[in-house]
Amino acid sequence: MSLVLEGFLNTVALTLLSFCGALVVGGLVAVLRIVPVPVLRGAGAVYVEVWRNVPLLAWLVLFVFGLPEVGVTMPLFWTAFTAIALYEAAFVAEALRSGVHAVASGQGEAARALGLTVRQSLRHVILPQAVKNVVQPLANIAIALTMATALAGVVGVVDMTRAAQRINLEIAQPLLVFTGVGLCYLVMAAGIGFGARVLERRLA
Amino acid sequence: MFDAPGPRFRRRVFWISAVSAAVLAGLVALGLWRFAAGGQLELVRWKPYLTWPVWRYLLEGLGSTVVAACATGVLAMAGGLLLALRPNRFTRAYAEVMRTVPVLLLVYVMLFVLPSFGVNLPLFWKLVVPLALSHAASYAVIFRAGVEAVDPGQREAGLSLGMPDGVVTRVVVLPQAVRHMTPLLVTQAVSLLKDTSLGYVVSYTELLFNGRVLANHNGLLIQTFLVVAFVYLVVNLALSRLAHRLEASRARTAR
Repeated sequence: MSLVLEGFLNTVALTLLSFCGALVVGGLVAVLRIVPVPVLRGAGAVYVEVWRNVPLLAWLVLFVFGLPEVGVTMPLFWTAFTAIALYEAAFVAEALRSGVHAVASGQGEAARALGLTVRQSLRHVILPQAVKNVVQPLANIAIALTMATALAGVVGVVDMTRAAQRINLEIAQPLLVFTGVGLCYLVMAAGIGFGARVLERRLA
Repeated sequence: MFDAPGPRFRRRVFWISAVSAAVLAGLVALGLWRFAAGGQLELVRWKPYLTWPVWRYLLEGLGSTVVAACATGVLAMAGGLLLALRPNRFTRAYAEVMRTVPVLLLVYVMLFVLPSFGVNLPLFWKLVVPLALSHAASYAVIFRAGVEAVDPGQREAGLSLGMPDGVVTRVVVLPQAVRHMTPLLVTQAVSLLKDTSLGYVVSYTELLFNGRVLANHNGLLIQTFLVVAFVYLVVNLALSRLAHRLEASRARTAR
């Protein structure tokens, strides 16, 4: 039974931590993609294209088996966390960027006409409106991230999906085990969706 | 979003560019230095990837990846169309469940559960069926959003011309819906192609699995998986570019 708990806790921890990591890195990359400096824009674009066009499983394999060979050793859980956070950061960056772009351009022009500086217009006019646009896409990314953590099981992290497979080998109750785990994912996704709706109402 | 920059701002941008370029170059150099320190940059370790047999093996894997992705795409789109055209409680619940349950879990069900009930599909289908089941839900969402994005006046106009309902859907609504959907369909195709890397778990000989076989064989782990990642990158970028070009040319002819 401890295997169930371990798997569940690992999935929850991996989801929460990687999402926070993805928000931080994704926020940075989104800033890179928005600033009017061509070099930084290019760097942001390259980051997004490279990370989201290669499967997460390939990144996980590369990180988990490759990093030790160049002398970077971390506990398995944290290696998986790094790979997942960096991968999802690309999607977060795109969501944030399109959130900013979805704010009508008239808003920026109005702010400029009032004589606000770039920083002021971002802080007081554009970002507050962008935040609202971004909640739902970010929630979708969080749900996708919950599913993505299952891949960490393939490279050895004992997450919920891997735990299910192992438990099934022991007790041979496939229907019970896999339905139970599926329900756990449903509940987590429902929780994320609920949180997003509450947050959205607060911001509106 | 910003004003055209003046001279002072342009000078500042120049300096920020110079500094950030230096920082980026430094980061790349640091990475390369780490690689070199581990001996990963030595030519011997990269040489196999300059030879044809190794590439042929990888490209065979890529071929299987593409075949699996196409089969999944066809099945998932058909399923998605069915789900989108019949919006009821069951199809909505199905889409919700599939949007939250990891594909890997479905793959495990295929691998470890169904055989004990006497259902033992060939490897190819053990990969394709779970992927199609899961992606059908995503396609349903895309299709529904695409149809809803078409102005209802279009359908009404078609009906008032005396066209039967099915013809209006086929001739008036769907062509316009497809135009709305194209960007999402591309994203979905890329995501589908990436998901076929689960062949690694199923032992279906696609690109990532072949990479693993190669790495086990020659021990060049980093090099192999970097090359594999590079192939994925090139294929997916090409896919996106192609779709953008198609979209651009169609947007021109539509006008």
